[in-house]
Amino acid sequence: MSLLEINGLKLGIGAAKILHEVSLSVDAGQITAVIGESGSGKSMTAYCVNQLLPRGSRTKGDVQFNGHNMLVLDEPTLCQMRGRDIGMVFQEPMTALNPVQTIGAQVAETVLIHGAASKPEALKIARETLNRVGLPEAQFPLSRYPHELSGGQRQRVVIAMAIALRPKLLIADEPTTALDVTTQAQIMDLLKRLVQEDGMGLLLISHDLGVVADVADHIVIMRKGEVVEQGATAHIFKHMQHPYTKALFEASSHKPDREAQPLDTPILKVKKLIRDYTLPRKSLFGPVPKFRAVNGVSFTLNKGESLGLVGESGCGKSTLTRAILGLEGIQGGSISINGVEVKAGHTVPRTLRRNMQVVFQDPYGSFNPRHKVARLVSEPFHLLENPPKGTTRKTAISEALTAVGMHADDADKYIHEFSGGQRQRIAIARALIIKPELIILDEAVSALDVSIRAQILDLLAELSDKLGLSYLFISHDLSVVRAITDRVMVMKSGEIVEEGATEAIFQTPQHTYTRALLAAAPSLEDLMQ
Amino acid sequence: MLIFTLKRLLSLGLSLIAASVAIFFVVEIIPGDPARLMLGINATQDAVDALRTQMGLDQGLLARYWLWASGLLQGDFGISYTYRVPVSEMVQGRVWVSLPLALYALLLSTAIAFPIGIIAAAKRGSWADWLVMGGTQLGVAIPNFWFAMLMVSILAIKYGLFSAGGFPGWDDPLAALKALTLPAFVLALPQASILARVMRSSLLDTLSEDFMRTARAKGRTARGAMVHHALRNAMIPVLTIIGLQFSFLLAGAIIIEKIFFLPGLGSMIFTAITQRDLIVVESVVMLLVFAVILVTFLVDITYALVDPRLRRRA
Repeated sequence: MSLLEINGLKLGIGAAKILHEVSLSVDAGQITAVIGESGSGKSMTAYCVNQLLPRGSRTKGDVQFNGHNMLVLDEPTLCQMRGRDIGMVFQEPMTALNPVQTIGAQVAETVLIHGAASKPEALKIARETLNRVGLPEAQFPLSRYPHELSGGQRQRVVIAMAIALRPKLLIADEPTTALDVTTQAQIMDLLKRLVQEDGMGLLLISHDLGVVADVADHIVIMRKGEVVEQGATAHIFKHMQHPYTKALFEASSHKPDREAQPLDTPILKVKKLIRDYTLPRKSLFGPVPKFRAVNGVSFTLNKGESLGLVGESGCGKSTLTRAILGLEGIQGGSISINGVEVKAGHTVPRTLRRNMQVVFQDPYGSFNPRHKVARLVSEPFHLLENPPKGTTRKTAISEALTAVGMHADDADKYIHEFSGGQRQRIAIARALIIKPELIILDEAVSALDVSIRAQILDLLAELSDKLGLSYLFISHDLSVVRAITDRVMVMKSGEIVEEGATEAIFQTPQHTYTRALLAAAPSLEDLMQ
Repeated sequence: MLIFTLKRLLSLGLSLIAASVAIFFVVEIIPGDPARLMLGINATQDAVDALRTQMGLDQGLLARYWLWASGLLQGDFGISYTYRVPVSEMVQGRVWVSLPLALYALLLSTAIAFPIGIIAAAKRGSWADWLVMGGTQLGVAIPNFWFAMLMVSILAIKYGLFSAGGFPGWDDPLAALKALTLPAFVLALPQASILARVMRSSLLDTLSEDFMRTARAKGRTARGAMVHHALRNAMIPVLTIIGLQFSFLLAGAIIIEKIFFLPGLGSMIFTAITQRDLIVVESVVMLLVFAVILVTFLVDITYALVDPRLRRRA
């Protein structure tokens, strides 16, 4: 008998059927990973275990945990079990902690709710648990507040809360999705260590095969509320049966075909670029303190080339993008676009901006929900002196939409009528409409499911072949950068630490930081061999 | 936190100076010679000049500002043009009606708003929520002078539970409180309705935050999570509204003061304006500005107490 055994679990919320006959199990001291794309019901399966389901949920079937059927327990009993027998770690460490309470109070709370110890003892347990998850007392006293910690540190606090009472089962819902690769590797190591030390069962929910493949003993693949395939990790990797599993594996390491050869004419030249941010004054009359977000960055991007820029959050890659796009002025160095130079103290002017367009990460947040697609897509026209009107305008909109694989009729719809992948296509259509030579893709595929991501990468490759576009591809995801770029730059603390042909950098990285990044990044290809 | 408080105190001081300068010069710009106004059009020029010297009006602007401002600091508000008595005396009697009335109304307003706002948020979509939302809508919509008259005619005249108006003074504190109860309630009702709605929506926002789910996953009951995690986080917008309401209650109760025959600041300032008693207007406005700035300061300090993230900014 396993620690957790789910049999024939069905879940409906309102009229929607979310789960159909889900069965899986987690053994003590083992890690079961549930993999699926958004809408596969993987998170809802987890919430069925500790019964933290949204209102109006109906469940059927059998969720046996430690001798109880969780589906029939009453709320008071469930409250006693949550936190004590079942711990939970969430996706968003930035918001999962109460901002107005100290980390000590929040970890001790787990102990106090269950009356497991007196207050001083609970604080002692909190201290020990925080030490265990790698937050030593010297830097992380109990009196720290969440806003004083980084994302990875906050996730450690969340884990400490979940394991303070040494539960039998830990549920981790996308615990590293919001974190940088090196932090991600550390958190996964921590979870693995805790599972071994405490003999816990871990139900690990993720969309990323690469992340879990290293650590999971057992893999469950879900799609549309159903389990399509499951088995021991090594077995799944060698003998996967279901076409969806195969498609998922293929999409995760998808490499689009690219034919276009970059030319030798530079379109974008950045020389010793410096971007300073002013910080709040420390004293009334002292100098205004500054933070140098980009420090002497130089590079050239040629016509038809796809250049990658990788780095962890806070390395300055977004600041660099904003300067190139002319959203902010520069404090040192210069930016040349098609040979026209913009010097320090200036902002990239409008006339140059029409050569560049940008696609952002969030396909949900980067559109005004009250405008129709036609208006959204034609927005960049304001950069032109004589924007097209009437039928020319309509034709331009239709052309841009068909170029990205959408229908010309979609122009009359609103953005909420489209899925995430379709929205990102529309975002690319918006970038294409004024026929720019350079498109900056700022984490443009990071929020997409792997199968959609593969389609968008194909689309980008096709467009660059057809239109001779140049890309500046910014991402924290190394496998994507490897798939779509000719050259890559690695950025750390505002500086480019390494630059070179993509394959060369991935095969033989020179800088220690690049090596650390590559070592931390999960790579499916290595695992498949 | 100490540095935060000191910075806020500095900004309080600067705001007061700026406000006093603004008030002084606005009143100065208003045409008309106060001395002439006091003595009437038949007074001789000599008498007017003598009075001007006595009032210090013959001195330069800056000197007069300094005289007025330093007088304020020592509690000397000048002498009323109309009644020829020190303004400080007039104000003193009034403040002890208006301030308790405002505090009383604020107390009632929060005492009504907090529980019903919390219940409405906790039982969102239930009949209790509908009742609170409907009731508060009505509370905001009803004009308070009409409601005041209704209360007087029912509770005071028909059942004799309260007096219909007037204020007996603080010699008998219980009688004084009783006299303030009906006006305070009438003042509190619309404020409570607004506050309850703010409380409800702020709590609903907080309830959908991720850390509420974390609390449930730790084993908190729905109610425990609400008490220990949601309330404090939901307080910021509520505190803002409470601060605004106090300022309004202190000076904006003219109609209610009139209906209940209460000798408060509102009715005094109203009379002073109609009589062109500018020195009274000037002083009372300054006093109210001081009260509002002080309340803002207190609200700021409370923000920082509630939310540690605000302590670093100032």
